[in-house]
Amino acid sequence: MTRARRLRLRVFRVIVLVLAGAFFLVPIGAMLEFSTRGNHVGAPRTLEAWTTIVTYPDLLGAIRDSLGLAAITSVAMVVLLLPTMIWVRLRLPRLKRTIEFLCLLPLTIPAIVLVVGLSPVYRWMAINLVDTIFLLSFAYVILVLPFAYRALDAGLSAIDVKTLSEAARSLGAGWGTVMFRVIAPNMSSALLNACLLSVALVLGEFTFANLLSYLNLQVEIFQLGQANAGTSIAVAVASLLFAFILLVILSFVGRARVAPERAGLPFPGLAGGGQR
Amino acid sequence: MNRHFGLRRLGILGGALILLTACGSSSAASTSAASAKSAADMGGMDALIAAAKKEGTLNVIALPPDWANYGVTITAFQTKYGIHVNSAAPNDSSQQEVDAIGTLAGTTRAPDVVDVGMAVALKNVDRFAPYQVATWNDIAASSKEPTGLWVQDYSGAMAVGYDSSKVPAITSIQDLLGSAFQSKVALPGNALGSNQAVNSIMEVSLNNGGSLDDISKGVDFFKQLKSKGNWVNVIGTTATVKEGTTPVLFEWDYNSQVHVKDVSTWKLFLPANPVVAAYAQAINKGAPHPAAARLWEEYLYSNAGQNEFLRGGAHPIRMAAMTAAGSVDAAAAAKLPPVKGTPVFMSDDQAAAANAYLKDNWSKAMG
Amino acid sequence: MIAAGNPDVKTARRPREGGRRFPLHWIGAFPFLVYVGLFLLLPTVIVVVGAFAGKDGPTLSNITELNQEFVLNAFVSSLLVSTASAVVGAVAGALLAYAVATGNPRGVLRRVVSSACGVLAQFGGVTLAFAFIATIGSVGFVTLWLQDRGLNIYAHGVWLTELPGLVLVYTYFQIPLMVLVFLPALDGIRPQWREATESLGGGTWHYWRYVAGPLLAPAFLGATLLLFANAFSAYATAAALISQGNPIVPIAISNFLTSETGRANPGLAQALALGMVLIVAVVMTLYALLQRRTSRWLR
Repeated sequence: MTRARRLRLRVFRVIVLVLAGAFFLVPIGAMLEFSTRGNHVGAPRTLEAWTTIVTYPDLLGAIRDSLGLAAITSVAMVVLLLPTMIWVRLRLPRLKRTIEFLCLLPLTIPAIVLVVGLSPVYRWMAINLVDTIFLLSFAYVILVLPFAYRALDAGLSAIDVKTLSEAARSLGAGWGTVMFRVIAPNMSSALLNACLLSVALVLGEFTFANLLSYLNLQVEIFQLGQANAGTSIAVAVASLLFAFILLVILSFVGRARVAPERAGLPFPGLAGGGQR
Repeated sequence: MNRHFGLRRLGILGGALILLTACGSSSAASTSAASAKSAADMGGMDALIAAAKKEGTLNVIALPPDWANYGVTITAFQTKYGIHVNSAAPNDSSQQEVDAIGTLAGTTRAPDVVDVGMAVALKNVDRFAPYQVATWNDIAASSKEPTGLWVQDYSGAMAVGYDSSKVPAITSIQDLLGSAFQSKVALPGNALGSNQAVNSIMEVSLNNGGSLDDISKGVDFFKQLKSKGNWVNVIGTTATVKEGTTPVLFEWDYNSQVHVKDVSTWKLFLPANPVVAAYAQAINKGAPHPAAARLWEEYLYSNAGQNEFLRGGAHPIRMAAMTAAGSVDAAAAAKLPPVKGTPVFMSDDQAAAANAYLKDNWSKAMG
Repeated sequence: MIAAGNPDVKTARRPREGGRRFPLHWIGAFPFLVYVGLFLLLPTVIVVVGAFAGKDGPTLSNITELNQEFVLNAFVSSLLVSTASAVVGAVAGALLAYAVATGNPRGVLRRVVSSACGVLAQFGGVTLAFAFIATIGSVGFVTLWLQDRGLNIYAHGVWLTELPGLVLVYTYFQIPLMVLVFLPALDGIRPQWREATESLGGGTWHYWRYVAGPLLAPAFLGATLLLFANAFSAYATAAALISQGNPIVPIAISNFLTSETGRANPGLAQALALGMVLIVAVVMTLYALLQRRTSRWLR
């Protein structure tokens, strides 16, 4: 590379990264600024919006419920998806395309459309089973499928599933042991990746909860925003930073074991789709 | 082996029977609350209070805390009876309230009581249960359904609130079409379901050549407002007023005056002969907490509850009787916003016709 | 092997020889298929069937009801907003991805940007709407800052709660999504291609115009389509930003979903949903075709 070109490239990179940084950090900074505003023009900055978070029992309940939903969805996703994917790899390779297509489908069918179709199912469940917000996990597992599948697939591709399972089986292990004590620990970073993506998605989910009349974190932020803008923005910033820290931790943990990404147009990357 | 099997079966059957009768008896207790038409049916106020306390919870919907002082009322009710109040979806419209009765039917989250506009109340009587509160006779016959399927609780006049530091003083509705009101005028609800929004449009209609039978002039006015760029397509709430997104907002006078504490320059414009309307309480026929629902109504129509509405700036429905008996809060009564001229209100038929017109034409006009 | 002769150790089962194999293996996939069938395929079928269902049996009335001005406007608005935010997001995202790709693949910048994009692509709905209201709303931070310097960005009306505002807000999650999707494609560029171009006498322009450009084009187009589908399906952001009217299709659907009285009805909501599914299905099919094309060169 010639010196002139290297310089041009460097200038280009600096400009683009600075502009991007500004564009993405300014709104977050603005949220912090808005949430610390005083009551009228010229009033001093105050943390009142933040301290009143604990005085809203609905808000605390919504935070607790959303975290619970995130945990349940992650576990349910692993229990549903991991054995299926391993089984397909070992015994039903012809089904791989179908599974991949089914996991891509939730991206194609907009969440708003799914809600229209799911509301009779949910009404049935609320009346005949238990009526609790945690029923939302059923729908959330579906929403998480595209990203979880991608993450788990990357993890499974990096290890030799066939050999591992045959070795374990030949030593007398049952399928449960094979899946959860042999294969899973070898793809721990991929599992962690999938779980954290699920958590990020569930914490940011609004459409389903709103239209099925459940009070999760985003719905509560929305309703609170109609009465007290400052506090709801404070909570919004907090939840965003929480999700960001989770994913940063992910990127530093288990870096070594993840297989290099295949070039070419992959699934929609790590996240995206669904909850906008 | 056979005998053991038979005994076990019998045991299970017996257990199930006991369980069913236990469930049956507890639901028998609550059906008596669900079918009570007055406190006397339940065996007196104390029995009603006991039954409500046993239920322990009340589901309300669409009651913003600063709407006619509902926040204070809810807290007072909770403290007095120890019944926890779940206040859901504070900014829902009247239509959304009765929709929730339908979509949440059979669950424990269904609303026990609703506070809706007259048009919505009249259209949905088949969802309500009749109940006559203790102070039934204080309420005029025109303000209640004869068996108590719905009963009006408070009323107010439609005003235009505005931030006087952002727009010039308003002297008539037609001012709003001026260039000083670019992107400033908003409605407090969705025209397709919010009683407040419908009455706002009717008030505009009356000031634009329409009549109580003709809301179309109001729709035309808003269409003009939109084409001039003065319309804000955001539903006005306490937060949007505070942020400054909706500096001109149609609202009931008791709602509008609350904004002064957030925006010190907030003023009200009350046109002459304003539209007034009342809201009506109704009990969900399938309420998950029927006794608590009835106790709530008793509280709202007691002197304490009615005075809370008064302190919130609304006109309680028992005002005349309470003033005569001297139980009204005189200081709050003196602070009620003055009404110019003769207030008008839509009759039940006119309200129904207005709603029907809006359902057919609002989306077409406003998108 | 030791295991083979030891009767206490169970060995893995051998497939049966000859004849038709009884498809017991398929049972392993049943839980997943049943779950997806119940919570994904069934609702879709309900929507598609419901679009054609009337009170007295199959009817086309829901579909013909789509032929109203405000419905068509909603579709046009949705398409406009999706296209605009997809194009802007694609171009800006590609530039940002290139800036990141040309850096150290193991460096801190790459990791931080990837994590940030992972969160921001997900960051939508209510939080995003509030963020922009806090930034350039009527009393937003940037608005006031510009006003202090004599520049009133809302001199001709508040556009934040109109379509232009929606496009701006959407780019906030479109650009990170583009980075996530396009970065692996950029990683597939070999430095040897640049060297080969230069050894044949070509410069930067020749490189991009004749070598890297055509190779990246399918990936770029595919990513743009993905961004389009993403914006088209978005509901929460617009719902939190614009609360009146039916500006875009997802909001129109939610408006007609719950009202049981009057003209607004679930049938219309389902017809709208059907329309959305068709449009997004077309886009995603094109995306899949482009994905197959691009994997050839950029391995």
